[in-house]
Amino acid sequence: MDEFREPDAADSAPENGDTSRSGSARQEGHTSEFDVSRRDFIGGTGATIVAANAMPLGAQEAAPSSGNDLAETEVPRSRIAITVNGARHQVDVEDRWTLNELLRDHLELTGSKLGCNRGECGACTVLVDGEPVYSCSTLAVWADGRSILTVEGLGEGGAISRLQQAFIEHNAPQCGFCTSGQLMSATALLERNANPTANEVREALAGNLCRCSNYNAIVEAVLAATETGGA
Amino acid sequence: MKAFVNENPGSIDEAVMLAQAALREGRSVSFAGGGTDLLQLVKERVPNRPGSGVPDVLVNLKRVAGIDQVTRNDQGGLTIGGLTSLTDLGANPQLRDRYAVLAEAADSVATRQIRNAGTLAGNVCQRPWCWYYRNGFDCYKAGGNQCFSIAGENQLHAIFGGGPSFIVHPSDLAPALVALDARFRVAGPGGDRSLSSNDFFVLPNEDVAHENVLGDDELLVSAVIPEPSGEIRSHFYKIMDRETWTHAVVSAAVVLEMDGEICRTARIVLGGVAPIPWRVPAAERLLADQRVTPELADSVGIASIEGARPLAKNAYKVPLTRRVVERAVLAAAARA
Repeated sequence: MDEFREPDAADSAPENGDTSRSGSARQEGHTSEFDVSRRDFIGGTGATIVAANAMPLGAQEAAPSSGNDLAETEVPRSRIAITVNGARHQVDVEDRWTLNELLRDHLELTGSKLGCNRGECGACTVLVDGEPVYSCSTLAVWADGRSILTVEGLGEGGAISRLQQAFIEHNAPQCGFCTSGQLMSATALLERNANPTANEVREALAGNLCRCSNYNAIVEAVLAATETGGA
Repeated sequence: MKAFVNENPGSIDEAVMLAQAALREGRSVSFAGGGTDLLQLVKERVPNRPGSGVPDVLVNLKRVAGIDQVTRNDQGGLTIGGLTSLTDLGANPQLRDRYAVLAEAADSVATRQIRNAGTLAGNVCQRPWCWYYRNGFDCYKAGGNQCFSIAGENQLHAIFGGGPSFIVHPSDLAPALVALDARFRVAGPGGDRSLSSNDFFVLPNEDVAHENVLGDDELLVSAVIPEPSGEIRSHFYKIMDRETWTHAVVSAAVVLEMDGEICRTARIVLGGVAPIPWRVPAAERLLADQRVTPELADSVGIASIEGARPLAKNAYKVPLTRRVVERAVLAAAARA
């Protein structure tokens, strides 16, 4: 699953390892204020998020305001309730946020990718109430009351799903950028049709482009994850 | 993305009132069904309603109850809610059984992801996909006073009904609905009105900025398909520049009312070739009270291209249209 994770560690490493900055007398008095990771800082200033389950937003209250309060108050916002990978969230969103923005930038679920941002490539595919949609092309506020499944929610008890295992065994990902979208479309297909033909797999995945053009291996992997194993 | 307000009306009346209120305050409005296409226009700052700019207010119709289903109506026909998803239309057994042309048209749209979000009304009312309109050119469709395709890249543009704009109507459902002689229910400030799908679309020489009669505060609520007087055989045939995931280069929706093996009346409506779903009455008439043979279908194809006026780079659409019509008529007639 490592290929689906953003390099959080790499984000905070420069701060921790930068001895010249931590040794600066000028900043010593402000250590508590500056001792936050870049991710937490951006998360805290970008939005006020109220999450029902525990979210790592401890820095939120301490973070300084972004300095453009007028602009922020003018952007219309709404409170929504959504379930993501089984966890319920109450979230304040800007009306203009796409579902992809909410998931990636504010709930820290970076498994669904942002490719074209115009409903063409499929890298952002997530399941809404079990059906695949382009999360870049629907609004977070329209997902109010809906149940979302992202690639982070596949598999159970820390184990990857049968489909994900098949992707590994059949080398379905090359660069891997489209993989989470392919997995979500294929997961929905296998839910509605446990034994699709190769053509049905191709049809179901037509909205997920692979710039490495590894389509044959992707179809093989999905067929291997069917009940009959593609036989 | 530009900041806008999202409104969630619970009824059609409330949706219309919200749109009116925004317009009175000088704010631009768009109704949102699935929203897939609308959000691309907003992101790219392409004016959705010509002359009113990028919307300040989106009126989300997904909370309006009772407009996302296919139901049998009192007259024996079907009423299809405007918010019915394209996936649901494609899978609907009543449609597949009696009005295959519409289910096939819905199945042919884009991708599973878009069919899950996309709706009947949104597909019918989507703005053109002309690359000039979509890429920031100040053309007729964006509120300007020029069509850049005339002297430009017009490979995908109109061979019928063009001028002064030469866009083609992008909807796959629209030709199928016109071929089924559907009526559209439209809601607006003056209440509801019902009109023939044939009268819903407007040519550029009548209204160059819009593709249909809807005002800024009006929306398409449902399509009503009449009960056929006899057996119906129908087919939707779509040619794309690849096998899937794009608009029609040429499409044909064919509906034949049959009496045994004799076709009593036919309706043939083309997509991808004109600024509106394009009926071909001369071709339809050839089928009246005839047995459908390969020879007749060939003649019908020839009749369907009467009056075609290609631009510099789209003459290929003329023979393509002829063969699409021929094949679609034969496929419809071959339905058991």
